[in-house]
Amino acid sequence: MDKILTIIDKEWAEVFKNRVVLFTVVLLPLVFTIMPLVILYTMETAGPGGAVSEMPPEFTRMCGDLRGTACTQVFIIYQFMLLFMLLPLAIPVAISAYSIVGEKTTHSLEPLLATPITTAELILGKGLAAAIPAIGATWVGFLVFILGTRVLVSTPQVSARLLDPVWLIGVVVLGPLLAAAAVSMSIIVSSRVSDPRTAEQLSMVLIVPVLGVFFGQIGGLVLIDAGFMLAMVAVMLLVDAGLVYLGVRLFQRETILTKWR
Amino acid sequence: MLKTDQLTKQFPAPNGKTVLAVDHLDLEVDEGQVFGFLGPNGAGKTTTVRMLTSLIAPTSGEAWVNRYKVGRDDREIRRTVGILTESPGMYDRLSAEKNLTIFARLYEVRDVKGQVEKYLRMLGLWDRRDDVVGNFSKGMKQKLAICRALLHEPKMLFLDEPTSGLDPEAAKLVNDFVRELKTEGRTIFINTHNLDEADRLCDRIGVMKQKLLIVDSPQNLRQRLYGRKVVFHLRQAPPAVVELVKGLPFVKEVQCLTTESGDKLVVALDEPETQNPSIIRKLVEAGVDIQFVGELRHTLEEVYLSLINK
Repeated sequence: MDKILTIIDKEWAEVFKNRVVLFTVVLLPLVFTIMPLVILYTMETAGPGGAVSEMPPEFTRMCGDLRGTACTQVFIIYQFMLLFMLLPLAIPVAISAYSIVGEKTTHSLEPLLATPITTAELILGKGLAAAIPAIGATWVGFLVFILGTRVLVSTPQVSARLLDPVWLIGVVVLGPLLAAAAVSMSIIVSSRVSDPRTAEQLSMVLIVPVLGVFFGQIGGLVLIDAGFMLAMVAVMLLVDAGLVYLGVRLFQRETILTKWR
Repeated sequence: MLKTDQLTKQFPAPNGKTVLAVDHLDLEVDEGQVFGFLGPNGAGKTTTVRMLTSLIAPTSGEAWVNRYKVGRDDREIRRTVGILTESPGMYDRLSAEKNLTIFARLYEVRDVKGQVEKYLRMLGLWDRRDDVVGNFSKGMKQKLAICRALLHEPKMLFLDEPTSGLDPEAAKLVNDFVRELKTEGRTIFINTHNLDEADRLCDRIGVMKQKLLIVDSPQNLRQRLYGRKVVFHLRQAPPAVVELVKGLPFVKEVQCLTTESGDKLVVALDEPETQNPSIIRKLVEAGVDIQFVGELRHTLEEVYLSLINK
């Protein structure tokens, strides 16, 4: 355990000195939390109204008793909650891309691998160092979003929607699964490239399915309910299993020293 | 301390074939010895060190380091050896002290603070302990990497090109430190291209080109390849001098060279210490003026090149 903590300490001490990483870890959650709150507040102060009829019919059914502004606010919350799902993908990718490719370019992996640390401890240390800030930022952002909504939105049923099992599963279960996929993807990509930015951009391919769901929801093609969220969790479990298997296979001492370029 | 038995490493090549990096290496290094591993680029030196430090697995053969078997006791091997990799590989954004603290913890050092301070002071980096390593010179980074290799007081130390790219002053400092480590009884395995350095530091030398070509002390290597030769500097060599010396039963070969400052008689002998006086007596009896006498010393470079080009 001490070695895992040492790796986490080292990773954080090093990557958080990198402005690009710091920007991603701090600014992205800040924007994703503040922006919807500003929109919700604007809608609240703009008075009654809201073009509920222009929203997908499946969605208006989800609004239930809510009408007008309140229903539109729920719609906004649902859209931004999906964007929240990008945080556990984007933050670990930024951290691990800079961490692994950085070690490749400075040749610091060989001395690290020469210590009595096990491969599992090293992967776990690096993975946790990338995933913890992502999950932490997502959870803190979510908490701020809940509190902010309670304060800014006058209809209590709207803020209550944030505690819907759909989003609790999304943030508490799906978030860490997305983070695990992002870390594994970074390891796979980092083994083949020697520029952190390239690694980051290639790993970001994971964002595409989440954006697909986002636009699907706007277009009324996808309706995010508990069933959909559980299906996403199941899919991510399978994706994670595959990516973690590949990542661990690539992150072996011999492979790193002889095949990583 | 270190033993290999038919140690072999093959790597897969892009064309589907395999590349033989190390070919059936048999080697023994005793405790307290400084062993120099020489060979051209791609000879398999770094691959050998990586196998012996349990970083990569041998394809076949066996090896023991500090009585631990490679492939079976890998964590124990990594606990008891120190390695200076070809590139220092420090964390440039972190301070010197932070860099060493991380590695001391990974090497399970009990007194992390004490050991870090000990080696930072020993290599003259204590005053720069809070500076980020990215601002260090190459020599300073190399010294810091040596500190890192020693933090856990390893019995055996592997140094891969320890003075590569260093200026003469930094290289001397590193070499002096290796000598100091030798006096502490540590076993040191040095991969190097610097033949002069190997000649001065190493008790034994192995020359490698996929296969181990030869192993011996630098002095014995010279003798085995060139024999021992003594140069007699004469004011003027009489015409019959070569025949005169050749007449002595122990003399293996004689050659006379004429230079501006006089003539030189190069005589191949087995034991110059006991055979030189007889030659000197013979020359003096023949009325030859001897200016001075010295042993012809071949450089390790000559030895190395003759082995590699064979």
